[in-house]
Amino acid sequence: MSTTTMTAARQATSAGHGLFGGLLRSEWIKFRTVRGWVIGVIAGALVTVIWGLLVANGSNVGCQTSPNSPPESGAACLPRFPLGPGGEAVTDSFYFVHRPLTGDGSVTVRVTSLAGLYQPSGGGIAANDPEAGMRPGVQPWSKAGIIITASAKPGSAYAAMMITGGHGVRMQYDYTRDAAGLPGAVSAGSPRWLRLTRSGDTLTGYDSADGTHWTKIGTANLAGLPSTVQAGLFATSPDYVQVVSGSLASGSSTGGSSLATASFDHVRLSGTPRGTWHGSVIGGSSGGLPASASGFRQAGGGLSVTGSGDIAPVVAGAASGASTVGQFLTGAFAGLIAAVVVAVMLITAEYRRGLIRVTMAASPRRGRVLAAKAIVAGAVTFVAGLAAAAVVVPLARRLAHAKGTYVLPVSALTDMRVIVGTAAVLAVAAILALAAGTMLRRSAAAVTTGIVVIVLPYILGTTGILPAGAAEWVLRVTPAAAFAMQQSVPAYSQVTASYTPAGGYFPLAPWAGFAVLCGYAVLALALAWYLLRRRDA
Amino acid sequence: MRRAADAPSSTPPPVTQTAPARKTSGERNGLRAGSSGLHEALQAEWTKLRTLPGTFWLLAAVVVTTVAVGTAAAAAVTCPHGGCSVDPARTSLTGIYLGQAVAAILGVLAIGSEYSTGMIRATFTAMPRRTTVLAAKAAVIGGLALPAGVVAVAGSLLAGRVLLTGHGFTPAHGYPALTLGDGAVLRAAVGSVLYLALIALLSLGVTTIIRDPAPAIGTVLGLLYLDPIIAAALPGGHWHNVIERYAPMTAGLAIQATTGLSSLRISPWAGLGVLAAWAAGALLLGALLLRVRDA
Repeated sequence: MSTTTMTAARQATSAGHGLFGGLLRSEWIKFRTVRGWVIGVIAGALVTVIWGLLVANGSNVGCQTSPNSPPESGAACLPRFPLGPGGEAVTDSFYFVHRPLTGDGSVTVRVTSLAGLYQPSGGGIAANDPEAGMRPGVQPWSKAGIIITASAKPGSAYAAMMITGGHGVRMQYDYTRDAAGLPGAVSAGSPRWLRLTRSGDTLTGYDSADGTHWTKIGTANLAGLPSTVQAGLFATSPDYVQVVSGSLASGSSTGGSSLATASFDHVRLSGTPRGTWHGSVIGGSSGGLPASASGFRQAGGGLSVTGSGDIAPVVAGAASGASTVGQFLTGAFAGLIAAVVVAVMLITAEYRRGLIRVTMAASPRRGRVLAAKAIVAGAVTFVAGLAAAAVVVPLARRLAHAKGTYVLPVSALTDMRVIVGTAAVLAVAAILALAAGTMLRRSAAAVTTGIVVIVLPYILGTTGILPAGAAEWVLRVTPAAAFAMQQSVPAYSQVTASYTPAGGYFPLAPWAGFAVLCGYAVLALALAWYLLRRRDA
Repeated sequence: MRRAADAPSSTPPPVTQTAPARKTSGERNGLRAGSSGLHEALQAEWTKLRTLPGTFWLLAAVVVTTVAVGTAAAAAVTCPHGGCSVDPARTSLTGIYLGQAVAAILGVLAIGSEYSTGMIRATFTAMPRRTTVLAAKAAVIGGLALPAGVVAVAGSLLAGRVLLTGHGFTPAHGYPALTLGDGAVLRAAVGSVLYLALIALLSLGVTTIIRDPAPAIGTVLGLLYLDPIIAAALPGGHWHNVIERYAPMTAGLAIQATTGLSSLRISPWAGLGVLAAWAAGALLLGALLLRVRDA
């Protein structure tokens, strides 16, 4: 290294060679002045946007709103899901035997049986005899019990105590919340007592095996509950779903609708109820079953209620026809590849041209050079990824709705996490690639490493190449775990569906997945820093 | 490196050298002065690749990564009660997903490292027929990838045979042990070997077009790995089928299917043909650009 080169290099970082700011500025200038890199980053962002719009535009949904109407397509086919109190799309259809209840009060009931019918395959239903061709059997989340709801309108705030087909006694409220009570199935020999009390906006659920010893299951705080609510008995039963797991073809096959019938006695409504028991089908008939299949019968001191449908959040997938914003952001992988290439070249291009010796001479503290490069690579990628994601999410959502694809609504905060999260994942991936480039010093090997460690596990985990169990492990322990940031809706244990990575459900929580990637990046940077200090440039 | 390194210093400048240079080298090697010089080019490329330490490690890495991922996949798949919709051969060969990335590095470096070091100018000085140089590189790369692929695929199938039999893939469940005597398994095995070689050739072609190893390998891996991701994001639509049929990786890997052939969007050999067309297209465009551009 000649003295002249060193002086020149020092002058280049004239902002002060000892200062980190100057180093950062010189790395930024190095990036900015290579046209191919700037173009690469911008092209990556553009491809991300175009890809997302293509995906949103890709499926044009056709439908027939009624048997005699002409076929329609696009926005006319959007399913009309009511929105729950939390703003999420919900299914709210059940048979409700109810009375208005004003002020504080409680409902108590004894359940002695829960039986059901279901259609194993989604065949047609004879209008005159809907139960023909159905098999006896309850669904795991067939539910019946007592409910207090703000109104009979679908999507209203509620709290309910229920027995279920396969999950014992539960307290559920506001569609997404679920707490377990007494386990086991209900029968005449082993009945269940359920109680729900209202005190102001607070509803408390209790269960009991004998009607004298009560256990509190949970408390629901339903803000803004009107003084007069609808209280009573309900029964409902979701569509038959078979979740196939353990093989490569993991997924769910949906059958037809189902019915559940529950027998109640010792019905007691305390407080100031009005009127008499009145039966209503809430949320319309579900799954093609005519409304006449549901109903209630009073016999002796008891009541039996039959219903079909579900009171639960809508889950994305083939059964509901709903999708999530995550699939519009899969184009981020194109942006990721561009970011990895540029981040690797930030360091390998210097090795190739020998510029690294000038850089190291100008700034002998090599760790700082690496840090400056990491900041530039991360910041540039973050900004490009943020711009792309922020543009594509609202545009693709609007386009998908126009094409008749229902995208599950999420809160603005969740949208922001998905958008910022995508940008952050790309940024950290770029830093990881930069560290790989520093370690390997060869661009082809480093770019391959940077791409393969993230993209390949994502492919193996999400496209059904590996069985669901192995796929979940891959998405727990590899850098691809970070794409959990793109999951916008949680998996609900109270809805039977196939929550596999292939369906966009990641095994780790968003920030936990991101932390896995960050862990790899920190490890790689530390190793790169160590090697950079030890080896000759 | 002898030929390649000697050539520029012992021959006159490129402009005037064409005919005499070829004659000289032919005489020196005691070879018939070939009209195309392909033989010398082959020898030069072979020497260059053979003497680079990276080549051996990359070939070893193709084998190790393919077998390791294939073994892990076979270890993860179980079928305790039979009736699983699992393709045992395809599962054993899952490692190709990773092995192909290493094969791609091999293809990229075959010409990319010459561009990054400036060696390419020496090569073209010694061998002014650039298409011949590219053909020689393709032959040598293909010739190296094939035996590596054979070892990788054989190792994967052997591991799959041992592991899957212990995981319920038994004749009683309708899964005979993996053997090359089975026509479909043989097709998957031979096809996977050819797949690896074609990926190396595709990478060589793309790098000849792009000339810089980093964006070249990025392009190749993007071409391969983005296919299944975008196909999964477009379920059931027209574009989904187009990608499954015409994208290099999704079409090319159809060759690995031994069960459920009727659900494939493209038949196994036609799928490999699509990948071959991609590789040939990249090499042809690369050859064309080599002729018209400065080195």
